[in-house]
Amino acid sequence: MSKQIQCPSCHRVFDYDVVASYMKVCPKCGYHHRLTPAERISSIADGNSFAEFPFTYAFPNPIGLEGYQEKISQSRDKANLEEAVITGECTIDGRPCVVAVMSFDFMGGSMGSVVGEKIAEAMIEGALRHEPVIIFTASGGARMQEGIFSLMQMAKTSAAAALLEKSLTPLFIVLTHPTTGGVTASFAMLGDVNLAEKGALIGFAGPRVIEGTIGEKLPAGFQSAEFQLEKGFIDAIVAREDMKKTLSFLIRVHMGEHSNE
Amino acid sequence: MNKESAKLYSTVDAMEEIASTKEASEGRSSWECVLLSRQQNRPSASYYIHQICDEFMELHGDRYYGDDKAMITGIGTMGGRAVTFIGNRKGANMKENISCNYGMSNPEGYRKALRAAKQAEKFNRPVICFIDTPGAYPGLGAEQRGIGEAIARNLKEFATLRVPVLSFIIGEGGSGGALGIGIGDKLYMLENAVYSVITPEGFASILLRDPSQAQSAAEAMKMTSRDLKEFQIIHDIIPEAPGGAHTDPAFTANAIKETIERDLDNLCTKTPENLVRYRLRKIRNIDVQLHSDNPETSTKLLEVFTRCRL
Ligand SMILES: [Zn+2]
Repeated sequence: MSKQIQCPSCHRVFDYDVVASYMKVCPKCGYHHRLTPAERISSIADGNSFAEFPFTYAFPNPIGLEGYQEKISQSRDKANLEEAVITGECTIDGRPCVVAVMSFDFMGGSMGSVVGEKIAEAMIEGALRHEPVIIFTASGGARMQEGIFSLMQMAKTSAAAALLEKSLTPLFIVLTHPTTGGVTASFAMLGDVNLAEKGALIGFAGPRVIEGTIGEKLPAGFQSAEFQLEKGFIDAIVAREDMKKTLSFLIRVHMGEHSNE
Repeated sequence: MNKESAKLYSTVDAMEEIASTKEASEGRSSWECVLLSRQQNRPSASYYIHQICDEFMELHGDRYYGDDKAMITGIGTMGGRAVTFIGNRKGANMKENISCNYGMSNPEGYRKALRAAKQAEKFNRPVICFIDTPGAYPGLGAEQRGIGEAIARNLKEFATLRVPVLSFIIGEGGSGGALGIGIGDKLYMLENAVYSVITPEGFASILLRDPSQAQSAAEAMKMTSRDLKEFQIIHDIIPEAPGGAHTDPAFTANAIKETIERDLDNLCTKTPENLVRYRLRKIRNIDVQLHSDNPETSTKLLEVFTRCRL
Protein backbone atom coordinates (compact mmCIF):
# COMPACT_ATOMS: atom_id res chain seq x y z
CA MET A 1 0.00 0.00 0.00
CA SER A 2 1.38 3.40 -0.91
CA LYS A 3 2.04 6.10 1.66
CA GLN A 4 -0.95 8.25 2.62
CA ILE A 5 -1.02 11.91 3.57
CA GLN A 6 -3.70 14.05 5.10
CA CYS A 7 -4.36 17.52 3.72
CA PRO A 8 -3.94 20.02 6.56
CA SER A 9 -6.57 22.24 4.97
CA CYS A 10 -9.49 19.98 4.01
CA HIS A 11 -8.35 17.03 6.16
CA ARG A 12 -9.00 14.52 3.39
CA VAL A 13 -6.60 11.60 3.14
CA PHE A 14 -4.91 10.85 -0.18
CA ASP A 15 -2.35 8.44 -1.56
CA TYR A 16 0.93 10.26 -1.60
CA ASP A 17 1.42 9.36 -5.26
CA VAL A 18 -1.87 11.01 -6.16
CA VAL A 19 -0.92 14.27 -4.44
CA ALA A 20 2.56 14.08 -5.98
CA SER A 21 1.04 13.73 -9.43
CA TYR A 22 -0.67 17.11 -8.83
CA MET A 23 2.67 18.71 -7.95
CA LYS A 24 1.70 18.37 -4.31
CA VAL A 25 -1.38 20.55 -4.67
CA CYS A 26 -4.40 19.05 -2.91
CA PRO A 27 -6.68 17.65 -5.66
CA LYS A 28 -9.76 18.59 -3.65
CA CYS A 29 -9.11 21.98 -2.04
CA GLY A 30 -6.01 23.30 -3.80
CA TYR A 31 -3.86 23.45 -0.67
CA HIS A 32 -0.19 23.81 -1.61
CA HIS A 33 2.00 21.32 0.21
CA ARG A 34 5.60 22.36 0.63
CA LEU A 35 7.98 21.33 -2.17
CA THR A 36 11.60 20.45 -1.50
CA PRO A 37 14.09 22.49 -3.55
CA ALA A 38 14.71 19.42 -5.71
CA GLU A 39 10.98 19.01 -6.37
CA ARG A 40 10.67 22.72 -7.08
CA ILE A 41 13.49 22.68 -9.58
CA SER A 42 12.16 19.61 -11.36
CA SER A 43 8.77 21.37 -11.60
CA ILE A 44 10.22 24.17 -13.73
CA ALA A 45 13.54 23.06 -15.24
CA ASP A 46 14.00 21.06 -18.44
CA GLY A 47 14.79 17.39 -17.81
CA ASN A 48 18.22 17.08 -16.23
CA SER A 49 19.32 20.60 -17.12
CA PHE A 50 19.86 21.75 -13.53
CA ALA A 51 23.44 21.99 -12.30
CA GLU A 52 23.97 23.19 -8.74
CA PHE A 53 26.58 25.85 -8.09
CA PRO A 54 29.24 24.33 -5.82
CA PHE A 55 28.84 24.78 -2.08
CA THR A 56 32.17 26.13 -0.86
CA TYR A 57 31.37 27.82 2.42
CA ALA A 58 32.79 27.05 5.81
CA PHE A 59 30.34 27.14 8.69
CA PRO A 60 30.14 30.75 9.89
CA ASN A 61 29.38 31.60 13.49
CA PRO A 62 30.08 35.32 13.20
CA ILE A 63 28.98 36.32 16.72
CA GLY A 64 30.25 33.08 18.25
CA LEU A 65 26.82 32.05 19.50
CA GLU A 66 26.70 28.98 21.69
CA GLY A 67 24.72 26.08 20.24
CA TYR A 68 24.51 27.48 16.72
CA GLN A 69 26.89 24.92 15.24
CA GLU A 70 24.76 22.09 16.66
CA LYS A 71 21.61 23.72 15.34
CA ILE A 72 23.11 23.82 11.85
CA SER A 73 24.18 20.18 12.04
CA GLN A 74 20.69 19.14 13.12
CA SER A 75 19.12 21.14 10.31
CA ARG A 76 21.45 19.58 7.76
CA ASP A 77 20.34 16.11 8.84
CA LYS A 78 16.68 17.02 9.09
CA ALA A 79 16.33 18.93 5.81
CA ASN A 80 18.97 16.94 3.95
CA LEU A 81 20.38 20.22 2.66
CA GLU A 82 23.61 22.10 3.36
CA GLU A 83 21.85 25.42 3.83
CA ALA A 84 18.48 27.13 3.43
CA VAL A 85 18.96 27.88 -0.27
CA ILE A 86 20.04 25.95 -3.34
CA THR A 87 21.43 27.86 -6.30
CA GLY A 88 22.38 26.77 -9.77
CA GLU A 89 21.70 27.00 -13.47
CA CYS A 90 19.15 25.30 -15.67
CA THR A 91 17.21 25.74 -18.85
CA ILE A 92 13.48 26.40 -19.12
CA ASP A 93 12.11 25.45 -22.54
CA GLY A 94 15.68 25.52 -23.76
CA ARG A 95 16.55 28.98 -22.46
CA PRO A 96 19.24 29.31 -19.82
CA CYS A 97 18.64 30.93 -16.47
CA VAL A 98 20.06 31.15 -12.98
CA VAL A 99 17.82 29.82 -10.25
CA ALA A 100 17.75 29.97 -6.44
CA VAL A 101 15.30 28.03 -4.29
CA MET A 102 14.94 28.64 -0.58
CA SER A 103 13.85 25.95 1.84
CA PHE A 104 11.69 26.68 4.85
CA ASP A 105 12.66 23.25 6.23
CA PHE A 106 16.17 24.48 6.96
CA MET A 107 15.95 26.69 10.04
CA GLY A 108 12.78 28.33 8.76
CA GLY A 109 14.52 29.44 5.59
CA SER A 110 16.30 32.07 7.66
CA MET A 111 18.87 34.25 5.91
CA GLY A 112 22.36 34.14 7.36
CA SER A 113 25.70 34.89 5.74
CA VAL A 114 25.78 31.78 3.56
CA VAL A 115 22.21 32.16 2.34
CA GLY A 116 22.78 35.84 1.57
CA GLU A 117 26.08 35.08 -0.10
CA LYS A 118 24.61 32.37 -2.32
CA ILE A 119 21.68 34.55 -3.35
CA ALA A 120 23.92 37.56 -4.06
CA GLU A 121 26.31 35.35 -5.98
CA ALA A 122 23.47 33.91 -8.06
CA MET A 123 22.33 37.41 -8.99
CA ILE A 124 25.84 38.51 -9.90
CA GLU A 125 26.29 35.36 -11.96
CA GLY A 126 23.05 36.23 -13.77
CA ALA A 127 24.31 39.75 -14.43
CA LEU A 128 27.62 38.40 -15.75
CA ARG A 129 26.00 35.91 -18.09
CA HIS A 130 23.08 38.20 -18.85
CA GLU A 131 20.73 35.36 -17.98
CA PRO A 132 17.48 35.89 -16.08
CA VAL A 133 17.55 35.13 -12.37
CA ILE A 134 14.61 33.31 -10.80
CA ILE A 135 14.32 33.13 -7.02
CA PHE A 136 11.75 31.07 -5.12
CA THR A 137 11.52 32.58 -1.64
CA ALA A 138 10.48 30.87 1.60
CA SER A 139 11.77 32.38 4.78
CA GLY A 140 10.93 33.53 8.26
CA GLY A 141 13.44 36.37 7.81
CA ALA A 142 16.90 37.12 9.09
CA ARG A 143 18.83 34.40 10.94
CA MET A 144 19.10 35.93 14.37
CA GLN A 145 21.83 33.48 15.42
CA GLU A 146 24.21 35.48 13.23
CA GLY A 147 23.39 38.80 14.87
CA ILE A 148 24.14 41.92 12.85
CA PHE A 149 25.58 39.82 10.01
CA SER A 150 22.11 38.46 9.26
CA LEU A 151 20.84 42.03 8.91
CA MET A 152 23.68 42.80 6.52
CA GLN A 153 22.44 40.09 4.15
CA MET A 154 19.49 42.34 3.37
CA ALA A 155 21.94 44.99 2.22
CA LYS A 156 24.07 42.50 0.30
CA THR A 157 21.21 40.85 -1.59
CA SER A 158 19.51 44.17 -2.37
CA ALA A 159 22.76 45.65 -3.67
CA ALA A 160 23.13 42.59 -5.89
CA ALA A 161 19.59 43.20 -7.14
CA ALA A 162 20.63 46.78 -7.93
CA LEU A 163 23.54 45.46 -10.00
CA LEU A 164 21.24 43.09 -11.82
CA GLU A 165 18.98 46.01 -12.62
CA LYS A 166 21.85 48.23 -13.79
CA SER A 167 23.00 45.45 -16.11
CA LEU A 168 19.45 45.24 -17.49
CA THR A 169 19.13 41.59 -16.52
CA PRO A 170 15.65 40.50 -15.42
CA LEU A 171 14.90 39.26 -11.90
CA PHE A 172 11.82 37.12 -11.37
CA ILE A 173 10.70 36.44 -7.83
CA VAL A 174 8.29 33.69 -6.86
CA LEU A 175 7.02 34.16 -3.31
CA THR A 176 6.08 30.88 -1.68
CA HIS A 177 4.66 30.11 1.74
CA PRO A 178 5.80 31.75 3.96
CA THR A 179 7.96 34.76 3.08
CA THR A 180 8.38 37.29 5.85
CA GLY A 181 10.80 39.60 7.68
CA GLY A 182 14.16 40.55 6.25
CA VAL A 183 13.66 38.54 3.08
CA THR A 184 10.42 40.38 2.27
CA ALA A 185 12.17 43.67 3.09
CA SER A 186 15.00 42.95 0.66
CA PHE A 187 15.37 40.99 -2.59
CA ALA A 188 11.96 39.28 -2.37
CA MET A 189 10.20 42.56 -3.17
CA LEU A 190 12.66 43.62 -5.85
CA GLY A 191 11.70 41.47 -8.81
CA ASP A 192 10.99 43.01 -12.17
CA VAL A 193 8.07 40.64 -11.88
CA ASN A 194 6.92 39.30 -8.51
CA LEU A 195 4.84 36.13 -8.66
CA ALA A 196 3.32 34.21 -5.76
CA GLU A 197 1.78 30.87 -4.97
CA LYS A 198 -1.85 30.70 -3.91
CA GLY A 199 -2.39 31.19 -0.20
CA ALA A 200 1.24 32.02 0.58
CA LEU A 201 1.79 34.20 3.64
CA ILE A 202 3.76 37.25 2.51
CA GLY A 203 4.58 40.15 4.81
CA PHE A 204 7.17 42.00 6.81
CA ALA A 205 6.13 41.63 10.44
CA GLY A 206 4.81 38.23 11.45
CA PRO A 207 1.06 37.96 12.11
CA ARG A 208 1.55 37.43 15.85
CA VAL A 209 3.80 40.49 16.13
CA ILE A 210 1.16 42.64 14.42
CA GLU A 211 -1.59 41.21 16.62
CA GLY A 212 0.58 42.09 19.60
CA THR A 213 0.92 45.68 18.33
CA ILE A 214 -2.73 46.31 17.52
CA GLY A 215 -4.15 44.19 20.31
CA GLU A 216 -6.64 42.29 18.18
CA LYS A 217 -6.89 39.37 15.80
CA LEU A 218 -5.96 40.00 12.19
CA PRO A 219 -8.70 39.76 9.58
CA ALA A 220 -8.80 36.47 7.64
CA GLY A 221 -6.50 36.44 4.63
CA PHE A 222 -4.34 39.31 5.93
CA GLN A 223 -0.85 39.10 4.32
CA SER A 224 -1.95 36.31 1.97
CA ALA A 225 -0.79 36.26 -1.64
CA GLU A 226 -4.32 37.35 -2.58
CA PHE A 227 -4.02 40.33 -0.18
CA GLN A 228 -0.65 41.31 -1.68
CA LEU A 229 -2.16 41.11 -5.17
CA GLU A 230 -5.00 43.37 -4.12
CA LYS A 231 -2.61 45.85 -2.46
CA GLY A 232 -0.45 45.98 -5.57
CA PHE A 233 2.75 44.32 -4.41
CA ILE A 234 2.71 41.24 -6.63
CA ASP A 235 2.00 40.85 -10.31
CA ALA A 236 0.20 37.54 -10.37
CA ILE A 237 -0.70 34.42 -8.44
CA VAL A 238 0.39 31.49 -10.55
CA ALA A 239 -0.82 27.90 -10.20
CA ARG A 240 1.97 25.41 -9.67
CA GLU A 241 1.14 23.54 -12.84
CA ASP A 242 1.40 26.81 -14.82
CA MET A 243 4.63 28.03 -13.22
CA LYS A 244 6.98 26.64 -15.86
CA LYS A 245 5.09 28.06 -18.80
CA THR A 246 4.68 31.41 -17.02
CA LEU A 247 8.42 31.66 -16.32
CA SER A 248 9.10 30.49 -19.86
CA PHE A 249 6.94 33.31 -21.23
CA LEU A 250 8.66 35.89 -19.03
CA ILE A 251 12.10 34.70 -20.09
CA ARG A 252 11.08 34.75 -23.75
CA VAL A 253 9.72 38.31 -23.66
CA HIS A 254 12.68 39.64 -21.71
CA MET A 255 15.51 37.87 -23.46
CA GLY A 256 15.51 39.12 -26.97
CA GLU A 257 13.09 36.95 -28.93
CA HIS A 258 10.55 39.72 -28.90
CA SER A 259 13.17 42.42 -28.73
CA ASN A 260 12.22 46.04 -29.12
CA GLU A 261 15.77 47.13 -29.77
CA MET B 1 44.03 43.23 -13.95
CA ASN B 2 42.92 45.67 -16.63
CA LYS B 3 43.41 49.41 -16.52
CA GLU B 4 39.83 50.04 -15.46
CA SER B 5 39.99 47.84 -12.39
CA ALA B 6 43.45 49.05 -11.44
CA LYS B 7 42.06 52.55 -11.38
CA LEU B 8 39.20 51.45 -9.17
CA TYR B 9 41.50 49.74 -6.71
CA SER B 10 43.70 52.77 -6.33
CA THR B 11 40.63 54.90 -5.61
CA VAL B 12 39.39 52.38 -3.11
CA ASP B 13 42.72 52.17 -1.33
CA ALA B 14 42.92 55.93 -1.06
CA MET B 15 39.46 55.94 0.51
CA GLU B 16 40.31 53.25 3.03
CA GLU B 17 42.83 55.54 4.64
CA ILE B 18 40.25 58.15 5.63
CA ALA B 19 38.96 56.65 8.81
CA SER B 20 40.75 57.56 11.99
CA THR B 21 40.24 55.52 15.11
CA LYS B 22 39.06 56.85 18.39
CA GLU B 23 38.84 54.37 21.21
CA ALA B 24 35.49 54.08 22.91
CA SER B 25 35.30 53.72 26.64
CA GLU B 26 35.55 50.07 27.57
CA GLY B 27 33.58 50.46 30.75
CA ARG B 28 29.90 50.09 29.85
CA SER B 29 28.13 46.78 29.47
CA SER B 30 26.04 46.12 26.36
CA TRP B 31 22.89 46.39 28.41
CA GLU B 32 23.93 49.77 29.80
CA CYS B 33 24.39 50.94 26.21
CA VAL B 34 20.94 49.61 25.33
CA LEU B 35 19.41 51.65 28.15
CA LEU B 36 21.44 54.76 27.33
CA SER B 37 20.57 54.53 23.64
CA ARG B 38 16.88 54.54 24.49
CA GLN B 39 17.00 57.25 27.12
CA GLN B 40 14.29 59.89 26.63
CA ASN B 41 16.68 62.87 26.96
CA ARG B 42 19.25 61.48 24.54
CA PRO B 43 20.02 64.07 21.82
CA SER B 44 17.90 63.46 18.73
CA ALA B 45 18.45 63.62 14.98
CA SER B 46 16.62 66.93 14.97
CA TYR B 47 19.01 68.31 17.64
CA TYR B 48 22.12 67.28 15.71
CA ILE B 49 20.76 68.63 12.42
CA HIS B 50 20.06 72.04 13.91
CA GLN B 51 23.36 72.06 15.76
CA ILE B 52 25.37 71.14 12.66
CA CYS B 53 23.62 73.27 10.06
CA ASP B 54 23.89 77.00 9.55
CA GLU B 55 20.37 76.91 8.14
CA PHE B 56 17.91 74.06 7.83
CA MET B 57 14.56 73.68 6.10
CA GLU B 58 12.42 70.64 6.77
CA LEU B 59 10.64 69.15 3.75
CA HIS B 60 7.52 67.07 4.27
CA GLY B 61 5.71 64.20 2.65
CA ASP B 62 6.36 61.19 0.43
CA ARG B 63 4.13 62.46 -2.44
CA TYR B 64 2.17 59.18 -2.44
CA TYR B 65 0.34 58.83 0.83
CA GLY B 66 1.28 61.22 3.59
CA ASP B 67 3.87 62.72 5.87
CA ASP B 68 5.42 60.34 8.37
CA LYS B 69 6.38 62.31 11.47
CA ALA B 70 8.68 59.49 12.56
CA MET B 71 11.02 60.49 9.73
CA ILE B 72 12.53 63.94 9.32
CA THR B 73 13.92 65.06 5.95
CA GLY B 74 15.18 68.37 4.71
CA ILE B 75 17.97 70.49 3.32
CA GLY B 76 20.61 72.23 5.36
CA THR B 77 23.74 74.24 4.80
CA MET B 78 27.15 73.59 6.32
CA GLY B 79 29.61 76.30 5.42
CA GLY B 80 29.48 76.52 1.66
CA ARG B 81 27.77 73.19 1.24
CA ALA B 82 24.12 72.19 0.80
CA VAL B 83 23.37 68.83 2.35
CA THR B 84 20.25 66.66 2.52
CA PHE B 85 19.42 65.28 5.97
CA ILE B 86 17.32 62.24 6.76
CA GLY B 87 16.65 61.08 10.30
CA ASN B 88 14.38 59.05 12.52
CA ARG B 89 12.31 61.04 15.01
CA LYS B 90 11.07 59.68 18.30
CA GLY B 91 9.92 62.97 19.78
CA ALA B 92 11.26 64.80 22.83
CA ASN B 93 8.36 64.20 25.23
CA MET B 94 5.42 61.86 25.74
CA LYS B 95 3.10 63.86 23.50
CA GLU B 96 5.65 63.96 20.69
CA ASN B 97 6.50 60.29 21.24
CA ILE B 98 2.91 59.44 20.39
CA SER B 99 2.68 61.70 17.33
CA CYS B 100 6.04 60.34 16.11
CA ASN B 101 4.99 56.74 16.79
CA TYR B 102 8.09 56.33 19.01
CA GLY B 103 10.31 56.62 15.97
CA MET B 104 8.79 53.64 14.19
CA SER B 105 8.17 54.58 10.58
CA ASN B 106 5.43 53.42 8.30
CA PRO B 107 6.12 52.85 4.57
CA GLU B 108 5.56 56.54 3.84
CA GLY B 109 8.51 57.36 6.10
CA TYR B 110 10.86 55.24 4.00
CA ARG B 111 9.37 56.62 0.78
CA LYS B 112 9.81 60.14 2.11
CA ALA B 113 13.47 59.33 2.86
CA LEU B 114 13.93 57.97 -0.64
CA ARG B 115 12.33 61.04 -2.14
CA ALA B 116 14.80 63.21 -0.23
CA ALA B 117 17.71 61.03 -1.35
CA LYS B 118 16.71 61.07 -5.03
CA GLN B 119 16.25 64.82 -4.84
CA ALA B 120 19.73 65.10 -3.35
CA GLU B 121 21.12 62.96 -6.16
CA LYS B 122 19.46 65.14 -8.78
CA PHE B 123 21.03 68.29 -7.37
CA ASN B 124 24.32 66.67 -6.40
CA ARG B 125 23.93 67.14 -2.66
CA PRO B 126 25.49 64.69 -0.21
CA VAL B 127 23.10 62.82 2.10
CA ILE B 128 23.50 62.50 5.86
CA CYS B 129 21.32 60.01 7.76
CA PHE B 130 20.74 59.88 11.51
CA ILE B 131 19.44 56.52 12.68
CA ASP B 132 17.48 56.22 15.91
CA THR B 133 14.59 53.78 15.75
CA PRO B 134 13.43 50.63 17.53
CA GLY B 135 12.43 49.36 14.07
CA ALA B 136 9.87 49.80 11.33
CA TYR B 137 6.28 49.86 12.58
CA PRO B 138 4.72 46.38 12.75
CA GLY B 139 1.16 47.55 12.20
CA LEU B 140 -1.84 46.87 10.00
CA GLY B 141 -1.48 49.93 7.76
CA ALA B 142 2.26 49.40 7.39
CA GLU B 143 1.62 45.95 5.92
CA GLN B 144 -1.23 47.17 3.73
CA ARG B 145 0.97 49.88 2.26
CA GLY B 146 3.97 47.58 1.80
CA ILE B 147 6.53 48.24 4.51
CA GLY B 148 8.63 45.36 3.14
CA GLU B 149 8.66 46.83 -0.34
CA ALA B 150 9.43 50.31 0.97
CA ILE B 151 12.50 49.16 2.92
CA ALA B 152 13.66 46.86 0.12
CA ARG B 153 13.49 49.68 -2.41
CA ASN B 154 15.54 51.96 -0.16
CA LEU B 155 18.24 49.30 0.23
CA LYS B 156 18.47 48.95 -3.53
CA GLU B 157 18.31 52.65 -4.37
CA PHE B 158 20.73 53.83 -1.68
CA ALA B 159 23.24 51.20 -2.85
CA THR B 160 23.63 53.01 -6.17
CA LEU B 161 22.88 56.61 -5.22
CA ARG B 162 25.34 58.81 -7.11
CA VAL B 163 26.13 61.18 -4.23
CA PRO B 164 28.00 60.56 -0.96
CA VAL B 165 25.86 59.04 1.80
CA LEU B 166 27.00 59.10 5.43
CA SER B 167 24.98 57.38 8.15
CA PHE B 168 25.23 57.84 11.89
CA ILE B 169 23.55 55.53 14.38
CA ILE B 170 22.90 58.00 17.17
CA GLY B 171 20.70 55.89 19.48
CA GLU B 172 18.84 52.70 18.68
CA GLY B 173 19.67 51.00 15.40
CA GLY B 174 16.74 48.62 15.23
CA SER B 175 16.86 46.02 12.48
CA GLY B 176 15.46 46.55 8.97
CA GLY B 177 13.88 49.79 10.08
CA ALA B 178 17.35 51.20 10.75
CA LEU B 179 18.90 49.65 7.66
CA GLY B 180 16.22 51.35 5.54
CA ILE B 181 18.16 54.60 5.94
CA GLY B 182 21.49 52.94 6.74
CA ILE B 183 23.09 52.08 3.40
CA GLY B 184 25.90 54.41 2.49
CA ASP B 185 29.57 55.07 1.97
CA LYS B 186 30.35 55.41 5.66
CA LEU B 187 28.51 54.13 8.70
CA TYR B 188 29.32 55.51 12.15
CA MET B 189 28.00 54.78 15.60
CA LEU B 190 27.91 57.01 18.61
CA GLU B 191 29.85 55.43 21.44
CA ASN B 192 26.77 54.28 23.37
CA ALA B 193 24.51 53.57 20.40
CA VAL B 194 23.43 50.02 19.56
CA TYR B 195 22.69 48.26 16.27
CA SER B 196 21.10 44.85 16.00
CA VAL B 197 18.89 42.56 13.98
CA ILE B 198 16.33 42.33 16.79
CA THR B 199 15.94 43.87 20.25
CA PRO B 200 17.66 41.99 23.08
CA GLU B 201 14.18 41.42 24.52
CA GLY B 202 13.11 39.78 21.25
CA PHE B 203 16.29 37.74 21.01
CA ALA B 204 15.80 36.54 24.59
CA SER B 205 12.22 35.46 24.11
CA ILE B 206 12.72 33.80 20.72
CA LEU B 207 16.16 32.22 20.94
CA LEU B 208 16.69 31.91 24.68
CA ARG B 209 12.96 31.29 25.29
CA ASP B 210 13.12 33.55 28.33
CA PRO B 211 12.23 37.25 28.01
CA SER B 212 13.91 38.00 31.34
CA GLN B 213 17.29 37.13 29.77
CA ALA B 214 17.43 40.41 27.80
CA GLN B 215 20.61 41.56 29.55
CA SER B 216 22.61 38.48 28.69
CA ALA B 217 21.04 38.51 25.21
CA ALA B 218 22.43 42.02 24.71
CA GLU B 219 25.92 40.72 25.48
CA ALA B 220 25.56 37.63 23.28
CA MET B 221 24.25 39.61 20.32
CA LYS B 222 27.33 41.86 20.14
CA MET B 223 25.44 45.03 19.37
CA THR B 224 27.62 47.85 20.75
CA SER B 225 29.77 50.29 18.81
CA ARG B 226 32.91 48.43 19.97
CA ASP B 227 31.55 45.10 18.71
CA LEU B 228 30.56 46.50 15.35
CA LYS B 229 33.83 48.32 14.89
CA GLU B 230 35.60 45.04 15.48
CA PHE B 231 33.34 43.35 12.91
CA GLN B 232 34.15 46.16 10.46
CA ILE B 233 30.42 46.75 10.03
CA ILE B 234 30.97 50.39 11.01
CA HIS B 235 33.82 52.65 10.02
CA ASP B 236 34.33 54.43 13.28
CA ILE B 237 32.98 55.35 16.69
CA ILE B 238 31.90 58.92 17.49
CA PRO B 239 32.80 59.79 21.09
CA GLU B 240 30.27 60.88 23.70
CA ALA B 241 30.86 62.74 26.93
CA PRO B 242 31.77 60.34 29.79
CA GLY B 243 28.24 60.46 31.22
CA GLY B 244 26.62 59.85 27.81
CA ALA B 245 25.69 62.13 24.92
CA HIS B 246 22.91 63.82 26.89
CA THR B 247 25.37 65.18 29.47
CA ASP B 248 27.19 67.22 26.81
CA PRO B 249 25.22 67.14 23.56
CA ALA B 250 27.31 69.87 21.91
CA PHE B 251 30.46 67.78 22.34
CA THR B 252 29.02 64.92 20.27
CA ALA B 253 27.41 67.28 17.77
CA ASN B 254 30.80 68.81 17.17
CA ALA B 255 32.44 65.41 16.69
CA ILE B 256 29.74 64.49 14.18
CA LYS B 257 30.21 67.76 12.32
CA GLU B 258 33.97 67.27 12.07
CA THR B 259 33.47 63.75 10.75
CA ILE B 260 30.99 64.94 8.13
CA GLU B 261 33.27 67.73 6.95
CA ARG B 262 36.31 65.46 6.75
CA ASP B 263 34.49 62.70 4.85
CA LEU B 264 32.67 65.01 2.48
CA ASP B 265 35.88 66.84 1.60
CA ASN B 266 37.22 63.49 0.53
CA LEU B 267 34.15 61.75 -0.93
CA CYS B 268 33.01 64.77 -2.96
CA THR B 269 36.21 64.62 -5.03
CA LYS B 270 35.28 61.12 -6.30
CA THR B 271 33.40 60.62 -9.52
CA PRO B 272 29.86 59.34 -8.94
CA GLU B 273 30.74 56.11 -10.70
CA ASN B 274 33.71 55.38 -8.47
CA LEU B 275 31.69 56.28 -5.43
CA VAL B 276 29.00 53.78 -6.32
CA ARG B 277 31.51 51.08 -7.23
CA TYR B 278 33.30 51.51 -3.93
CA ARG B 279 30.02 51.31 -2.03
CA LEU B 280 28.86 48.20 -3.87
CA ARG B 281 32.20 46.50 -3.30
CA LYS B 282 32.05 47.32 0.40
CA ILE B 283 28.57 45.83 0.70
CA ARG B 284 29.52 42.78 -1.36
CA ASN B 285 32.39 41.99 1.00
CA ILE B 286 30.65 42.68 4.26
CA ASP B 287 31.09 39.13 5.60
CA VAL B 288 34.78 39.37 6.35
CA GLN B 289 34.77 35.90 7.79
CA LEU B 290 33.24 34.23 4.73
CA HIS B 291 36.40 35.33 2.92
CA SER B 292 34.19 36.67 0.22
CA ASP B 293 36.84 39.23 -0.58
CA ASN B 294 38.59 36.50 -2.49
CA PRO B 295 40.08 37.38 -5.87
CA GLU B 296 37.36 35.59 -7.78
CA THR B 297 34.52 37.48 -6.10
CA SER B 298 36.26 40.79 -6.73
CA THR B 299 37.06 39.93 -10.31
CA LYS B 300 33.45 38.98 -10.97
CA LEU B 301 32.22 42.17 -9.37
CA LEU B 302 34.58 44.31 -11.42
CA GLU B 303 33.46 42.52 -14.56
CA VAL B 304 29.82 43.17 -13.71
CA PHE B 305 30.66 46.85 -13.17
CA THR B 306 31.82 47.06 -16.77
CA ARG B 307 28.36 45.86 -17.85
CA CYS B 308 26.47 48.36 -15.75
CA ARG B 309 25.67 51.99 -16.15
CA LEU B 310 26.24 53.16 -12.59
ZN1 LIG C 1 -7.12 19.69 0.72
